[in-house]
Formats: sequence, C-alpha cells, structure tokens
Amino acid sequence: MKNFAYARAQDADTAVQLITQNQNAKFLSGGTNLVDLMRENIEQPDHLIDVTGLPLAQVEELPGGGVSIGALVRNSHLAANQIIRERYPVLSQAILMGASAQIRNMATTGGNLMQRTRCYYFYDTDARCNKREPGTGCDALEGFNRIHAILGASDDCIATHPSDMCVALAALDATVHVTGTGVERTIPIVEFHRLPEDTPQIDTNLQPDELITSVELPALPFARNSMYRKVRDRASYAFALVSVAAALEVEDGTIKNVRLALGGVAHKPWRATEAEKVLTGAKADEEIFKRAAAEELKAARGYKHNSFKIELAERTIVSVLKTLASEGGAR
Amino acid sequence: MSRKPKQKAHIEFTLNGETAEVAFAPHKTLLEVLREDLNLTGTKHGCELGECGTCTVLVDRKPILSCLMLGLDVEGREVTTVEGMNEGAQLHPLQETFADTGAAQCGYCTPGFLLVAKELLTKNPNPTREEIKEALSGNLCRCTGYIKIYEAVELAAAKMRGESVELPKESVYGYE
Repeated sequence: MKNFAYARAQDADTAVQLITQNQNAKFLSGGTNLVDLMRENIEQPDHLIDVTGLPLAQVEELPGGGVSIGALVRNSHLAANQIIRERYPVLSQAILMGASAQIRNMATTGGNLMQRTRCYYFYDTDARCNKREPGTGCDALEGFNRIHAILGASDDCIATHPSDMCVALAALDATVHVTGTGVERTIPIVEFHRLPEDTPQIDTNLQPDELITSVELPALPFARNSMYRKVRDRASYAFALVSVAAALEVEDGTIKNVRLALGGVAHKPWRATEAEKVLTGAKADEEIFKRAAAEELKAARGYKHNSFKIELAERTIVSVLKTLASEGGAR
Repeated sequence: MSRKPKQKAHIEFTLNGETAEVAFAPHKTLLEVLREDLNLTGTKHGCELGECGTCTVLVDRKPILSCLMLGLDVEGREVTTVEGMNEGAQLHPLQETFADTGAAQCGYCTPGFLLVAKELLTKNPNPTREEIKEALSGNLCRCTGYIKIYEAVELAAAKMRGESVELPKESVYGYE
C-alpha cells in the first residue's frame, strides 16, 4: 500500500474543507472497498479524510412518512431496523443478500453508494482498463465477461455496479443528500450513478468536493409489498449475476403501482422504466409480466459469456412480480 | 542527504480488556498492527480481500474484518482477538467444544470462527442450525470441516445455557 496522510473530520464542513485543501484526497468510512483497492494499488490517494466520526449514524422517521438514513448508518444496522423491515422490506432483504456479516458490520450507507466495480480487469493492474487507466482500452470486451453489463454499456466499458442496496434504493425512488463547498443539494438515486459512455473512470455524478450526508426514502405505502431476488453463482457471499428489486400494488386485479429495478446488468442500478410503463394500469397476470420484462430487455446486448443474463433477467422479473402479485393479493 | 522524518501513528485503545498503546506506520491495517506491532499472532492473514473471514476480530463487540480496517480506526474503541476469549485460566466454552469435537482441523480459520460464534451466542443463546450457518457464512474453512464447527457451536451454546451436554458420536457426517 502506498503511504498517505491521514486526517479525521468531526463535522461535514471540516470534511469538505479538508478534501478541497488536499490534492488527491479521498473520504474514508467503512473502508471495505477503499482499503481493499488501496492494498491492490488500484486506488492511491495521497490523503485520507476519515469521516467515521461525523454524527450521521441515525435512521430517522420524517414527517409525512419518509425515512432519513444517515450516511454512516452501517449496513447491518439498517437491515435490522424495524421501520425498514416493515415498510421497505426490499431494502432490508437486498442488504442482507450482500457480502458477509463482518463486512455489513463495517460498511456504511454512503460507502455502499460509492462502491467501485468488481470487474476482474479493473482489479488486475496488468490488464487494460479504461476505468482504472483512461484511454488504455477494455480487456473485458473480448475477455471473460460473464459478470458484465447487458444494458447501457459502451465500447469503452462494460463493467457493472456491484451494490445490492442501491438496486433497492433505485426501486424506492430514494434521494441522496450531499453537501459541498457552501452548497447542499439532493440527487435522485437514479441520477447518482452514471453510465460509462466514454468516461468510465467517473462512477457517479458526485462532485469531487461533495460528501454524502444521508439517503432519504420517500413515503411509499405499497412498498410494504416489496422484495429483492438475487441470482448468483452460489447461495451466499457472491455478487449478483442478475437481481430484481420490486414493489407492487394490485387493486381488483389491476396494477395500480409498480416499482422495478435491476442489479448486476449495468454500470448503475437499472430502474426498469420501460417495464413499469407496460405494467401500470394493466391486468396483473403472467402474460403482462412477460411482456414488460421483454420490453425492458429489448435494448439489452449480450457479449460472449453473458448473453444468458438477458433471459435470466426476464425470468427473474416475471418470477418476482408473480410472487408479489400473489402475496399482495392475499393481504 | 537528509531523510524525511518517519511518521508513525500513535493510538490508544482497549485490547482484550486492557488498555493498549501502540505506534505504527499509518498505512497498516488492524490485522498488521495486531500481529506485527502487538505480537498477537492468533489473528490470521487470509485472502486479505475481505472474502474469507479468517482475520475476523471483534470491534466494539461486532465481528469485522481486520484486513480491511486501518489500525488508525480503532483509536478509543474496544477490540477483542482470539487471545482475549478465555476467562482467566479457563478456556471459553467455544474453545473447549471446538477442541473436543475436532472442529479445528488445520486450525487456520479457527480464530475467526470462534469470534463470530462468540458474538452469535451473545446475541442469541439458543440458535438453530440455520441461524448458525447464516452467522458463520462469512467464514471459510478450506479443510471444509463445517459440520463439526456447527456441532461445536451448538454444544457450546448448550453448555453456556447450563445444560449438561454430551459429545456427538464420532461419524463422518455429523450425528449418528
């Protein structure tokens, strides 16, 4: 690991000041991804600003029924929270299907959003990677690309975003609260992460001096009928090949409300808006679920080793919607 | 030519119930600080990528991976390693049952398993087999002796609840 200077911030303003005053500086929270990348010499910051001492570790109910999740709330704490389990089960399930208990005890909400891809070529400093070293090329395009993107990829990068939590947040229409030099703003979760285009080295639309302070979930009563399904190569402790986060409200056999997002398929958590359009107002049956899934995957493009993901994603969407339609109907 | 002064981090924290003070190169992980600067080699180097659980220690009573945490981050916190599991001269019930059942084969993964199991039994004194599997799912045993590990945790749990326990009969796949 390359040596670095280390500073601790006790409040957000100081943290932002420190990151603007120092060249090549990074915020450090749980460290489960950043420390790993530093050990592998993929990230080489000269300064670390430790933000774990900031008072941002609370889950709070908001007037109007929403919930505010502090950026430093640990993944294990959030997944176990009673309000989250009751009102947004999809979020609790998604978190518990990620990583291991030890890592969930360390990893934070803000850090989860800032995870970098798990593309093998990004991790291999002998390989060409436009994300790690812009302009060098992408060895995943012609290489072993089983885990790679089928939606929204570019000729420069076909990496996927590894988070489960963020897929649930995308389905729930969460917003990310950030603070920068004298400015606070909110970013809808679907605009927080970006597609690779020709600048895959940039993962998010967060500015270099901005710090995530919290994630807000809007009131979404029908999200009580929500779930997360993750398809992976082994039953625990693996990243998603395909995952689906969904919430569904069916009234008199008709789909009144639906939220659908996919993981493991793109450079960002993929909100399935095309499928939602097909579903909203339609009769809730398997035929429409299939049509919606096909509509969403119409734009998909498979590579040598990952074309199976297209059908897998369609089938997983149908299966999740069927489950939610039958459970929601029974309630 | 003058050399740049070498900067060391200097922190104080609670280690296995006692105050520890240590100075180390700031880039060291907690795992490296424990092993190299505090000479506690019970915590093992494994994959160092956050995948195997072998380097697990408890920080503020929660299992974390010491290979992914900087040593600097435990300042003022409470760290428990496998060396801190025994109570005086008495082994922790988990250490006893791991030894009695042969749950430790090569033994390399054992410290990590012991600490995760300790935290599980603190939270849940009577876990089901499924709950034990789930709790230990972040720890790999490459001797693949998982059945004996589950049995050892169940036995220790029973002991700690004050129940009289008998070792399971020797068999290849758990109970006869």
